[in-house]
Amino acid sequence: MRKVMMAATAGFVAVVLGTAGTAHAGKELDAIKARGQLLCGVGTGTAGFHLANTQGKWVGLNVDVCRAVSAAIFGDADKVKYVPLTAQQRFTALQSGEVDMLSNNTTWTLTRDTALGFDFTGVTYYDGQGFMVPKKLGVKSAKELNGATVCVAPGTTTELNLADYFRANKMTFKPVVIEKVDEIRAAFFSGRCDVYTTDASSLAATRAANVPAPLTVEDFVILPEIISKEPLGPVVRHGDSQFADIVRWALFAMVEAEEYGITSKNVDEMLKSDNPTIKRILGTTPGMGKALGVADNWVYQIIKQVGNYGESFDRNVGPGSPLKIARGQNALWTQGGLQYAPPIR
Amino acid sequence: MTDSLPTGERRQLAPPLIERGALGWMRRNLFSSWANGIITVVLVVFVGSILSSFLEWAVFTANVTAATGSECHGQGACWALIVEKYRLIFFGTFPYEQQWRPLVASITLLAMLVMTSDRRMWNWRLLVIWSVGSFITFLMMFGQIHIPLSLFLAIALLVGGVGMSLRKAIADAGEMNAYRTLAAIGLIGLALRIAGILPAWSLDIAPLSYVETGLWGGIPVTLILASYGLVFAFPYGILLALGRRSDLPLIRALCVGFIELIRGVPLISLLIMASVMLPLFLPSGVTFDKFLRAQVAIILFAGAYIAEVIRGGLQSLPKGQYEAAEALGFNYVQKTALIILPQALRVVIPPLINTFLGFFKDTSLVLIIGIFDFLNTANQALVDPNWAGFPAEIYMFAALIYFIFCYSVSRYSKHLEVELNRGTRH
Repeated sequence: MRKVMMAATAGFVAVVLGTAGTAHAGKELDAIKARGQLLCGVGTGTAGFHLANTQGKWVGLNVDVCRAVSAAIFGDADKVKYVPLTAQQRFTALQSGEVDMLSNNTTWTLTRDTALGFDFTGVTYYDGQGFMVPKKLGVKSAKELNGATVCVAPGTTTELNLADYFRANKMTFKPVVIEKVDEIRAAFFSGRCDVYTTDASSLAATRAANVPAPLTVEDFVILPEIISKEPLGPVVRHGDSQFADIVRWALFAMVEAEEYGITSKNVDEMLKSDNPTIKRILGTTPGMGKALGVADNWVYQIIKQVGNYGESFDRNVGPGSPLKIARGQNALWTQGGLQYAPPIR
Repeated sequence: MTDSLPTGERRQLAPPLIERGALGWMRRNLFSSWANGIITVVLVVFVGSILSSFLEWAVFTANVTAATGSECHGQGACWALIVEKYRLIFFGTFPYEQQWRPLVASITLLAMLVMTSDRRMWNWRLLVIWSVGSFITFLMMFGQIHIPLSLFLAIALLVGGVGMSLRKAIADAGEMNAYRTLAAIGLIGLALRIAGILPAWSLDIAPLSYVETGLWGGIPVTLILASYGLVFAFPYGILLALGRRSDLPLIRALCVGFIELIRGVPLISLLIMASVMLPLFLPSGVTFDKFLRAQVAIILFAGAYIAEVIRGGLQSLPKGQYEAAEALGFNYVQKTALIILPQALRVVIPPLINTFLGFFKDTSLVLIIGIFDFLNTANQALVDPNWAGFPAEIYMFAALIYFIFCYSVSRYSKHLEVELNRGTRH
């Protein structure tokens, strides 16, 4: 009996030590620090989210998340190597260690979070299926679309969501089902259908990028209704919770900073703030960075170099960009949106 | 009969004006009958109207000075987009202030290709051109080159080994001894290096900042993938073609199997295999460079096709050539390298250049594995929301660049065909 007890105790100690070991060791984080560079998997080019600009520099909302993580770890937002990945490649690249994290419009689902061996650390952008119509139709809400001709891609959840939505609202529609994205767009802009439906961010990008010459962006409206859930967020591998924490809290810090009105412009003045919450966030009251395993001024570095969530959203996809996507579900929780960060304390 | 013509000399009257020069050519070729005349007129009007509206769009109402895409809207072609984006299209995500480096690399690559096209260079000079050229190209692209000791040893072994078999019974004793020494140094050195006795020394040349392959893009990527794909695929394809005609059943089976396997799958699936499947088989953390993987996939693919082209050349040689070489007492290497291949390769040069053209364009498939070749960087320019809505301009520009490359290679191929057939023309 004593032997069994001893063995059990030894086993328990080993397990505790083992878990404590992995929690502290952070082998991914150590590898990143040793390399001096964060390997961030982005997409191969989507306006507003990840895109090489005229100078060949990566910009976009997803790119800003990579930069925020780099700023938290190194105190320098530019220590990122961007690895452009296609939809087929992205999961293999993360599994095989070719990248440390993904920030490329990957939808958070149960199977991806579990069976693939990944952890989603948050939601960068709440996307969902929406509708776009020509302004001249005078439609203000998706509820007014009864009898409309709708352009949609076949064999996707988009098509099923569309049918469900119209049935639920006791409306009818005539689908125009086209396989290729370019052809769907051409059909919509040439007036073959009244409505084009796909993810709202993609609608906005299409409207900004593909409207043919005599028409302009102003001639099309994206209706406010969103009929499906597509939460897009950064992804890391199982195995290093500390690194996952840093990715998670880098994004939370951007949201939290927006909530407390800390921007890249005023962050230096905010360092003098007396507000205890702001002092904790910016590290003037130390402790938060140490708990996370990074420098205490990690949020200061993120906000100074990247900006808060609102700034990044505005600059890349919002009113400050040609995409002009409304905040909608991506507004802060205080303004009726879904962006909500747990407190930094 | 004073006006009779002198005998033996006929006065040559010029043909009537309407049969001569441009007018005559038009009458013979465009208006030889009523029906042809009508077709000519209709086609001229048709082509003219298309051309005039194209010129209206591309030249007369085009905008080359706009600062943003919105200023371009509602007019003709927006060439301002190309003016703004040409560096992104040509050099991709290479660090902006260092983009003279890919420029130098591209010019070096082009110079190498042009020099290679000159037949007077088709000897040891080719080796020098490609060694120096490759060194400059990759020094510019990477910024730093580290040549490990093992590479020097491997080269010594290779040169020694090839020299020993190729110059056997031809070279004098001194030359043979030199080859033997080289091969011995290479072999022993490599063995010691693998055993860990020789240190891991390497020659470091590092005048510039290091730029990894993930940042490469545009023209240099397309040129490197296509030219090095072919340069390495060529000897490899020769070996495959020879192996396929070998008398040893195992070698023959391996070569046939490989060629048929590669030719049986599309390049796109090979690229996906190299970029998606391969990393899963490797232990975690061990990753090959993505660019290198794509390059290897292209080499393997091109090798199989080149092997089949070369096999055509080998089969066209009469059996007497083989027998004559054997009668002279040549060994297999000498027979193949000195008698068979020079004749066989000459026959297949035009189809080889055709293969090269195909691969130059096929490299754009690497965009599906996220490598930014020329077409993919053009796509990047396309999705910028500030310059949205001008796909025609971007694709026409890309098509123009591809056309310039491919048309010049195709003209060269025609010139080469004439030159090579000069000896055999009857």
